[in-house]
Amino acid sequence: MKTLKLASVSAFSLAAAAASSAQAEDLTLCWAAWDPANALVELSKEFEAQSGHNMSFEFIPWPNFADRMLNELNSGGKLCDLLIGDSQWIGGGAENGHYVKLNDFFDAEGISMSDFADATVYAYSTWPKGTPNYYALPAMGDANGWFYRKDWFEREDIRAAFKDATGRELGEPKTQKELLEIAQFFQGREIDGNTVYGASIFTERGSEGITMGITSALYPWGFKYENTPGSYDMEGAVNSPEAVEALEFYKEFYETATPPGYTNSYMGESLDAFKSGQVAMAMNWFAFFPGLYADPNTGGDKIDFFVNPPQNQAGSTLGGQGISVVAYSDKQDAALEYIKWFAQPDVQAKWWELGGYSAHNSVLNDPGFKDSAPFAGDFLEAMGSVQDFWQEPAYAELLLAMQKRMHDYVVADQGTAKEALDKLVEDWTEVFEDEGKL
Amino acid sequence: MPDTPADRVAAATPVRVARKIKGLSDRAIAWIFVAPTIFLLLAINIFPLIWTINLSFTNFKANSPNREIKNVGLRNYERILTDSDIWLNMQATAHFLFWTIFFQVLIGFTLAYLINKKFKGNDLWTTIIVLPMMLSPAVVGNFWKFLYQPQIGLFNYIVAFFTGKEPSSFEMLGSVDLAPWSIVIVDTWMWTPFVMLICLAGLRSIPDYIYEAAEVDRASKLRQFFTITIPMVLPFLMLAVLFRGIENFKMFDLVVQLTGGGPGSTTELTSINLKREAFEKWRTGYASAYAIILFVTVFGLASIYVKALNKVKER
Repeated sequence: MKTLKLASVSAFSLAAAAASSAQAEDLTLCWAAWDPANALVELSKEFEAQSGHNMSFEFIPWPNFADRMLNELNSGGKLCDLLIGDSQWIGGGAENGHYVKLNDFFDAEGISMSDFADATVYAYSTWPKGTPNYYALPAMGDANGWFYRKDWFEREDIRAAFKDATGRELGEPKTQKELLEIAQFFQGREIDGNTVYGASIFTERGSEGITMGITSALYPWGFKYENTPGSYDMEGAVNSPEAVEALEFYKEFYETATPPGYTNSYMGESLDAFKSGQVAMAMNWFAFFPGLYADPNTGGDKIDFFVNPPQNQAGSTLGGQGISVVAYSDKQDAALEYIKWFAQPDVQAKWWELGGYSAHNSVLNDPGFKDSAPFAGDFLEAMGSVQDFWQEPAYAELLLAMQKRMHDYVVADQGTAKEALDKLVEDWTEVFEDEGKL
Repeated sequence: MPDTPADRVAAATPVRVARKIKGLSDRAIAWIFVAPTIFLLLAINIFPLIWTINLSFTNFKANSPNREIKNVGLRNYERILTDSDIWLNMQATAHFLFWTIFFQVLIGFTLAYLINKKFKGNDLWTTIIVLPMMLSPAVVGNFWKFLYQPQIGLFNYIVAFFTGKEPSSFEMLGSVDLAPWSIVIVDTWMWTPFVMLICLAGLRSIPDYIYEAAEVDRASKLRQFFTITIPMVLPFLMLAVLFRGIENFKMFDLVVQLTGGGPGSTTELTSINLKREAFEKWRTGYASAYAIILFVTVFGLASIYVKALNKVKER
């Protein structure tokens, strides 16, 4: 009898093992190579343990991320089962059939988009914009923000010098113009025997850098892409007097308050400039803030953070991404399982703990959220006023046109701000004409 | 029918034997051997060329497979040829081509002339001089990017040492005026050895007895240089110019690493611009027209040049 029982148990175990291994899949998740990606690897171990699926990761450095991933999607590649793709890709991902539409899945699994912050659902998940057609689950909320050398800002000699120079107390800037004033104050200043500079801003030409930097000035001045949303009527909006003023402001910032040689700087250069003690302030994505705070040399008590300051209105440039199931994947069921698991409130809470920026309301609306990290409150504030670049399928053409016009004006000093924006309207008009939208 | 010994030999040649091999003629056997190569040539050279010409008349975008492909006639060509920005890219390319070739020929020939003199250690010097061309352009680009860095770059310190300027007071890669020259300097550093090697081959091909005869005729060194050395090395020099010209017209990696086409679009060569149109903006039809225009330009210029080169060789 004992032998029979043992045999039965063994047979059952073997059958169970066989069943589970038949369902187990090797899933590949593709994303950019940065700090939050490491946090996601850690988080995903829990999914592996629960589901029996094996997770692999393909992380691409930021400068090549768009090129690599869009090539993969355009060629119908099967490398990625899950993709955390940039918000701008959602239009192309949906219209070109790269992403699986998730509405039926969300309905079947009881996943509600109202559980996520509205701005992130709008930006990371929907196409056409604002319609209830979902192609991604908000995965990583992000916006462009600022950080500064708190230890320098607190030094009495520096505070006194700032008051002498400006008549104001040195502190976190409340407007874009105050931001420039502080940066200019630090420009070329000697601190502890080293010459330091105002701030590191984005000026990169090749991918999206200078556009992301400049829109951080344009949005607070009230920049709009269209006079009427969905009309592609850009004349008078893109090149409005406010937009001209904001662009002139950014150029002045670049010329008078940044370190020498920062003609092609983006995320990495901004971090380097700050960590090496060259600049008093720097702009960058909130995603990097946990790592900056943990830095043994310039983090901890020496650093503090602030939201992109308003000017005529509040405004931050949107970063961040949604997670999508790739339409060419042979393992879509397992990939959807991952999304289902990832959408759970407790997983989202752990995601935030590990350094990822959850967009789940249960995390963001938690009374303790604001105090859970030195940058959490600023993140919430930023996400309340974010704007994103065009998310059209032709976004790459639109983006590269802006990169060129902005770099020509700000860094290469060619023409005026009005001319640069007028040319941008011409470029974008041509793109929309080609797309049949004008 | 004449029956000469030659006919008899011809009748007994392996042609008849070959015809007997599995019933295949010589011609058929030749085709069997050549066909794979011709097929490959057609598949990887001729077909893409024809396909590119076809695409150049459409609005095709490789990243939008669901989009209707329309024939747009000559619109892509018209847009390219009337786009002032593209003419600026062409201008930047011409500037880069002219000055890199000028300096590389000048310095390359001078180095070859000096190395050609027999002195102790000239083999070692030759090896040292050719080192830059053995490096990857991507590595060279990054390496020089650091050298040009205004705060810590060695290049700025060297210039500052000789001019008395503040090292961080000028930016080689960030200045509209200096950035094109910064690329010319790096390309010249990297590829002058190539020109030097070709010139050295030319110099070493000149027989000593010609100089000895000139010495007997009491021709001065300067006269020997202009009447013997230069004319005899000229075909080699022209060959070097052809190679470097074609290479530099396609220059991409070095410039991308150094400036990324900036500041603004100052150093955006046609190859960089074409890549942006084709694989970043995904305007495939437009980029095809662009590629055809560049192909015709290079092919036309190279053909004229090769004719001139042949004339020089015939002299």
